[in-house]
Amino acid sequence: MSERELGRKLDRCLADGVIKLGTGLGLGIVFSVLFFKRHTWPISLGSGAGLGMAYSNCQNDLRSHYLLHRNQKVER
Amino acid sequence: MLRLLLRGAAGSARKNGGRGPVAHLQPLRQYSSSQSSGAAKVVAASLLTVGGGIGGTVLYAQWDHKFRATVEKNVPYSDSVFGLILGPAPQNAGPPVRKQVRKSTEASVEATQIISASGDVPSVPAPCDTEPTVVTGNTHEHCDECHPAGPEAVLHGADSPTEQLVERPAEEVSARLAQQDQDEQNSPPEEKSVQWKDLEAALMDRTSAVTDATAALQKANEALDSLRTTIRNSKDLKVAAARPLVLAAEENLHKMAVDLDRVVAQVQSAEAESKIVSQYSDLVQEAKLQFQKEVSSLTPEIQANWKGLTGKLSTDDLNALIAHAHRRIDQLNRELAEQRVREQIHIDAALQQQKLEDQRVLENAVSSSLQHVKEEARLEQERKMNELREVMEAEMRTQLRRQAAAHTDHVRDVLKVQEQELRAEAEQVLSSKLLDQETRHRQLTQEQLDNFTLDMNAAYARLKGVEEAIDSHLVAEDEARRAHQLWLSVEALNHTLKTAGAEEPSVPLDSAAQIVRDSCREDDFASALAEALPAESLSRGVYGEASLRARFNSLRSLVRRVALIDESHNSLYQYFLSYLQAALLFEDQQVAPPTQLSSEDLDPFKLLSYASYCLEHGELELAAKLVNQLKGEARRVVEDWLTEARLTLETRQVVSLLSAYANAVGLGTTQAP
Repeated sequence: MSERELGRKLDRCLADGVIKLGTGLGLGIVFSVLFFKRHTWPISLGSGAGLGMAYSNCQNDLRSHYLLHRNQKVER
Repeated sequence: MLRLLLRGAAGSARKNGGRGPVAHLQPLRQYSSSQSSGAAKVVAASLLTVGGGIGGTVLYAQWDHKFRATVEKNVPYSDSVFGLILGPAPQNAGPPVRKQVRKSTEASVEATQIISASGDVPSVPAPCDTEPTVVTGNTHEHCDECHPAGPEAVLHGADSPTEQLVERPAEEVSARLAQQDQDEQNSPPEEKSVQWKDLEAALMDRTSAVTDATAALQKANEALDSLRTTIRNSKDLKVAAARPLVLAAEENLHKMAVDLDRVVAQVQSAEAESKIVSQYSDLVQEAKLQFQKEVSSLTPEIQANWKGLTGKLSTDDLNALIAHAHRRIDQLNRELAEQRVREQIHIDAALQQQKLEDQRVLENAVSSSLQHVKEEARLEQERKMNELREVMEAEMRTQLRRQAAAHTDHVRDVLKVQEQELRAEAEQVLSSKLLDQETRHRQLTQEQLDNFTLDMNAAYARLKGVEEAIDSHLVAEDEARRAHQLWLSVEALNHTLKTAGAEEPSVPLDSAAQIVRDSCREDDFASALAEALPAESLSRGVYGEASLRARFNSLRSLVRRVALIDESHNSLYQYFLSYLQAALLFEDQQVAPPTQLSSEDLDPFKLLSYASYCLEHGELELAAKLVNQLKGEARRVVEDWLTEARLTLETRQVVSLLSAYANAVGLGTTQAP
């Protein structure tokens, strides 16, 4: 079902976002805790990085159809 | 054969010369080669007569020297033969025939005188036969010598055959008479009675000899006639081989006839000569009888032979006899005187008569000799003719043989040619007839065949028609059945399409499609169509329109949300924007699509509304077409739906085609003829 593809992708994006955000947050927290003397910037960095990564992944995932991939290139 | 003839001729000539009994064998030998019984008879008779002739000639020659001399004069080499058998001949000059005749006549006259002179001596008048004409020798000494031989000759004559008897007794008797005449002239009267007795005896002998001679002559004639008839019969038989024998027999017959004629002539002459004497004797006999009658009238008891009755007669009788005798003497004297007067006349008459008789005899002799000559000439001619005939026959035989050979060759050639011609003709006729027959037969058979073929063709055509009709019926029925089956299967297929649930596809169309495929194996169109069913439908089945509609409705919102996303605009922001658009844009739920899409109609929202309108109105195809116009992400989203719709549409199209076709086929087959 092609109509569920988007849903799945969005689910993945969301999941990924959550994870990345979480992870980023986590890491950020960790880092902030650990390394950056509980500055908030690593948390925000981490979360932002996480969120950004998630956004980027989502975007890539959503675009992946329109982009030629290396293996496809090879096939061509 | 010729040699035999010559030998026969020579032998017969020699026989005429008279070789005697020794010669008998030769004729037998010569004639031993006869082949037929007639010829044997001829041969035997000729043998007998010829032998008899020869023997008689010889014996007579022995007895009568004149005859012997005549024979020796006429026949060559007979003198030597006679000399061989009989001894040398006495030398005698033979007076000619006429002289002998005259002599004999004189002798007869003398005898008459003697008889008249001695009237008291009753005697049988002695016929004085003349010597036969063939006798050449003088009789006087011959007679003296022949006299003792006479009785022997008579005896011999009894044994020998006919001609001898004819010849010899007459000759002998005449000779004896002549001799007795002479003797009588010389002898004294006392011997006259002896002489008369001798004369008597001689006369008796003569008569007996004459009768014997006539009998013998008759027999000879009979024999000659039989011989002649035999010869004629054998001539009639026309047997070629017997001809020379017949000729020889004829010659012999002729010779025998000649001899017989000669002898008969002699006898006749002798008889003629003796006629006078016989007349005289008859007269004397008559006188004697008359005298006897007178005597008997006078003395009835006296008999004829009164010489021995001298003692028994009475004187009266004697006187009467003497008186009668005197009377008779007177009468006789008177008659004598008369006779003397008439002597000359009588002599003339007698001479005339004799001349007549001589002439007759001459004529007879001439005619007989002429006959003989003619016969001889005829025989000669026959002989010559025979020889010629034989030669000619031989030649003719050879010629005929040659001709026959030539003829057979010619006939053979002609026959061959004719055979060929006839054969060719016959073959031609046969072949033409055969041809006719064949053509007729062929025509008939052809006609029959044609008729039969026509009938057969007609029947066959009808049968074929019937078969075709049946077949066509069968075919039609088959087609109808198939069409029906197809239709049924297509209906089943159609029905299976309707089994599509709300959210599930239909049952896989494979079985129905298989059935359809089975039912339309011969039908290319249907089978093509059946093949054209998409594989997905066969394996998975198709979705129904309702499910598709429902799905579309669920898709619509999604498509609205991603309406702005395409290749170039596919960031997350765009996503956000499109979501925002979808949230904020409101379009009509269903809008009837225009007949022609313009560029502004290619907006997804419009398209969606068109599509949903179409879907709501059951135009899946148009909806699919409209949905097909979506681009970008929207297109990606509706891709599956589009595929499903396409599948369904395809299937539905095929099925509808099939059903239409099945309907058409069914209609076609169920058409009334």
